[in-house]
Order: sequence, then structure tokens, then C-alpha cells
Amino acid sequence: MIIERLDAQFPDLILDRHAFRDDQTIVVPRPDLEKVIEFVYREGFQLLLDITAVDWYQRDPRFDAVYHLLNLASQERLRLKVRVAEGECLPSQAGRFKSATWSEREVFDMFGIPFEGHPGLERLLMWRDFQGHPLRKDFPLDGGDAFCGDVGVSFAGHARSLKD
Amino acid sequence: MEPTKTPAPAQDADRMILNMGPSHPSTHGTLRIVLELDGEFVRKATPEIGYLHRGVEKLGENLSYHQFIPLTDRLNYCSSMMNNVGYTLAVEKLLGIKDPARSQVIRVLVSELARIGDHIVCVGVNAVDLGAYTVFLYLFEQREAIYDLFEMAAGQRMHTSFTRIGGLMRDLPPEFAPRCAAFADKMERALDEMEALLTHNPIWVDRTKGVGRISPEDAVNWGYTGPCLRASGVAQDLRKAQPYLGYETYDFDVPVGTTGDVYDRYLVRTEEMRQSLRIVRQALAKLEEIGPGPVIVDDTKVALPPKEKVYTRMESLIHHFKLVMHGIDMPVGEVYSATEAANGELGYYLVSDGGKSPYRIHVRPPCYPIFSSFDEQTRGCLIADAIAILGSLNIIAGELDR
Repeated sequence: MIIERLDAQFPDLILDRHAFRDDQTIVVPRPDLEKVIEFVYREGFQLLLDITAVDWYQRDPRFDAVYHLLNLASQERLRLKVRVAEGECLPSQAGRFKSATWSEREVFDMFGIPFEGHPGLERLLMWRDFQGHPLRKDFPLDGGDAFCGDVGVSFAGHARSLKD
Repeated sequence: MEPTKTPAPAQDADRMILNMGPSHPSTHGTLRIVLELDGEFVRKATPEIGYLHRGVEKLGENLSYHQFIPLTDRLNYCSSMMNNVGYTLAVEKLLGIKDPARSQVIRVLVSELARIGDHIVCVGVNAVDLGAYTVFLYLFEQREAIYDLFEMAAGQRMHTSFTRIGGLMRDLPPEFAPRCAAFADKMERALDEMEALLTHNPIWVDRTKGVGRISPEDAVNWGYTGPCLRASGVAQDLRKAQPYLGYETYDFDVPVGTTGDVYDRYLVRTEEMRQSLRIVRQALAKLEEIGPGPVIVDDTKVALPPKEKVYTRMESLIHHFKLVMHGIDMPVGEVYSATEAANGELGYYLVSDGGKSPYRIHVRPPCYPIFSSFDEQTRGCLIADAIAILGSLNIIAGELDR
């Protein structure tokens, strides 16, 4: 239903759509994200459940940012996706949805997608000095060297000095 | 009672920084809150999370769909049954299958038991933090009874891993139903005892009324779901609003609060426990009505064939081998499936590229957006109120950090 309303409001804006297992999903261009979210917000999608991302590392643009919204009055759900390339920014939704504050920090932390206008874009789950973004597909499962950080470096030095 | 607030803001230099956690008796899990204090008043609270981050989502991308089930136990470890159910429902949605009728009823039954268990932890521990130790003891006796029931069903008390894709690990043993019915009666009495101790207790009322108040608009904006949202007056319950597992066939009510303060959250949780007991009784009656039957789909492309067949029949052995080595044949696509867990909407977002393991698996834990509002909830309150609010939000670090 909301998709028809969107089509009427912004013709030819939706890049891609599907309703796999009845989950209404639309893909919108990145520069239009702000106005689409504002429109669906006014249409009643006022509960932003979640923001997350998917790393399609062999595709360009590389990432899908995924917004899950719920309309409490009609119990309609909407999945809104935006394609983001490496180094591109997304407009922060923290001003409209307070629930976006942490979700956006998490996406930044795990995927390295920055959000413009976020009140405090810092890592959330990983610590501040952490190198890399763990949920990227090219980040090693065992954490690689980044997981050890300076501990690994100092230990390596210690081992070498033992050998000498 | 209005929450106590100081009139004039103090200067920054007068503030004291107090670290609550990461290991503190009232943080209920490994989370840290940096409090900026002006005397006894909280000027700013900065939650620091991630101490229990295990990279569940990353692990999930490298495990088969079945292997992820034990990891869901460890999300909200106070009600792991509900996490199991929510996850398998998501995978079943992706596959486009439904579990058998008997399995659905058993899933409802164990979910509601888990909800009671989870609310017991929340209310009991919230009461301990505010000095009411007796309530905690009375309630935890019943929580033990729930764990005994889970042990009977799944062989495990805490990390149950009871569900399988397409159904359940096994049927309930015959002695489960009478034990469960006896528990429901005892729990009813324990709730009466708890209410006698708390609901009109002037100390409890003073400590909780007006504390952590939140308007329905703010609660929705912060992404609240579950008892915390209902306490502020929004009657959103996925069991009613978007029924799954046949919840529409059960008779129960959704309690709603008015102010969204700690006291209302307590009242909502209390009533939800009573409503869950109603559902438990109906589910037991339904099980009797349905009678014995399969508890997992009869599709060897999804569910493992029975062991005796694997040992005696070639075809079953091949199915077993194929399922373990190659996994389930998943369609390509993405689904978001949400269930009403004890804390609110527990969502699983699965992206499949048709491979053995999910391409991306994301958990939407209910307490995560709720906890992000902690700073706004506690600003201007006393430290003691912050403890009361923290307890009433029911933060479970396992699902918060994933």
C-alpha cells in the first residue's frame, strides 16, 4: 500500500522492488533517501526498528544499507534499501528517529559506512582503537592481526628477542 | 510522585565521574555506564556497550542454518526458548514452510513459559535492587520450576536449543503436562504473593512511581517495543497485531500502562505473566485435543530423518549426509521475521544467496534501542532512580551486544 503511495508521489523513483515472502522491499537512490524517509514517516511509519547493512563486496556499489520500518496504525512493514559505495555517506536519521542513533553507530562500526549529521558517530560494539570493520566480507573470521592489535606486535617483538 | 529534580544546573567542574560496571551487581550483565554526577543527581549517563560482543552475526555467516540455533540461546539467555522459536520461524519463512500443528502449540507453550521466566528475572531483580529481597526469592522458586520443565523438554535448563528448522528437537515427555499444570497453579499463587508484597508497598511505590516516565510518542521514536512500550500506553503486541504460531486462536489480553514509568512497567509485566499463564493452560488443553502427532516436518530435505532409519535405510542415510554436509537447499532472497519476545520485538533479518550458510544474518534485539534511551531516561534523576530504571528496562547484555 505504501509503495503505491510512494509511486504516486515520486514516479520512477524506486530503483528496484520485490515482495519475497510478502516482505515489501524497495530500493531507492541514495540522494533521495532523505525525502523518501520523510514521506513514509509522515505516512505513519514512525517506528524505525532497525538499520543494518549487507556487504556485497564484488558489486559496485558495494553495500546495501537496510532500514526496517513499521507502521503501528496499519501494522504494515517496509524494508527500505539504499546502495552505498565505499567512501560514500548516508544522511543520518538520528534527528527524526532517536532509535537511529545507536543503529547508525553500529553500521559505522561494523561496515564503515559513515552517516552525515550524526550527533556522535563513534564505534559502538568494538573499542575505539579497533582496526577495520568486522562484518565486511573481507574481514577475516578469526579477527586476523587486527584483533590482537598492539598486543600481537609487542608479543612478536618479545619472541624475536628470545631467538636472538 | 514527581521524579526529584534539582533546580539549577551545576557547573561542569563540580561533576564527578562514576563508572557503573562493566562488572557491577546492579548492571545485570557486562555493561558499563559512565555517570556524570552532581552530588546524587545524574547529569549525564553514557552507556558503553560491547563487553559481551561475540560477533554472533559474523559467526552466523560461516555456520549452517541449523548450527546457528545454539547461538540464539545465548542472545537473551533468560528466555532462550523464545530466541530459538524466533530464529526457526525466520528460517521457515525463508523456506516458505510451516511446522506441524503439534509443534506450533508446543512452541507457544514453551515461549510463554520463557516469557514468565524472563519477567520473573526482570521484576525480581528490579525489586532486589530496590531492597525487596523476599519477592526475588519467592519468584525465583518458580523460575526453578520453569527450568525443570525446560530440562524435561529439551534436556537443558538454560541453553535449550529446543527448536529445529521445521519443528522441534523432540516431543514433550508424558509427565510434562501434569507438571506444567501444577506449575501454573503455583505460579498464580506466587504472583499473588508478589503483588501483596509490592503493588501497594509504599516504599516500592515511592521508588518507582514517576521514575523513568516516557510519553508514547517518545517511546515509539526511541524504538521501544514490548512491555516498556505498552507501559507508556501503546497497545502493540505482535501476538495480537501480527499473529504467528496461531496466537489468534488463544484467548488473552494485552495489558497497557499509562505513564510508562517503572511502576507501570512492573504492573504490565505482572499482568503479562498472568496472561501467559492463561495461554499456557490453553496450550496444554490444545495439546490434549490434538493428540500425538509429528513435531517436525516430514521433509528430509529440511529435517534430519529419524536415527533408526538412518542406520537401516540407504536413502535416509543419504539424506542425512546431504543435510549435514551440504545443508538445506535455500531459496535466494531476504526475509525479516519478528516475534514478540519478553522484552519486545525480536527480529531476525536473513539474507540468503542460496548457500549452505546465510549470506547475512542480523538480529534485532528488543533491548538494544530501549537501552539507547538510558541517558535521556536518567538525566536529572538520582543515582538510585537510575538503578530502578535500569532494572525496569530489562537489559540483557547477551542480546544487546550479540
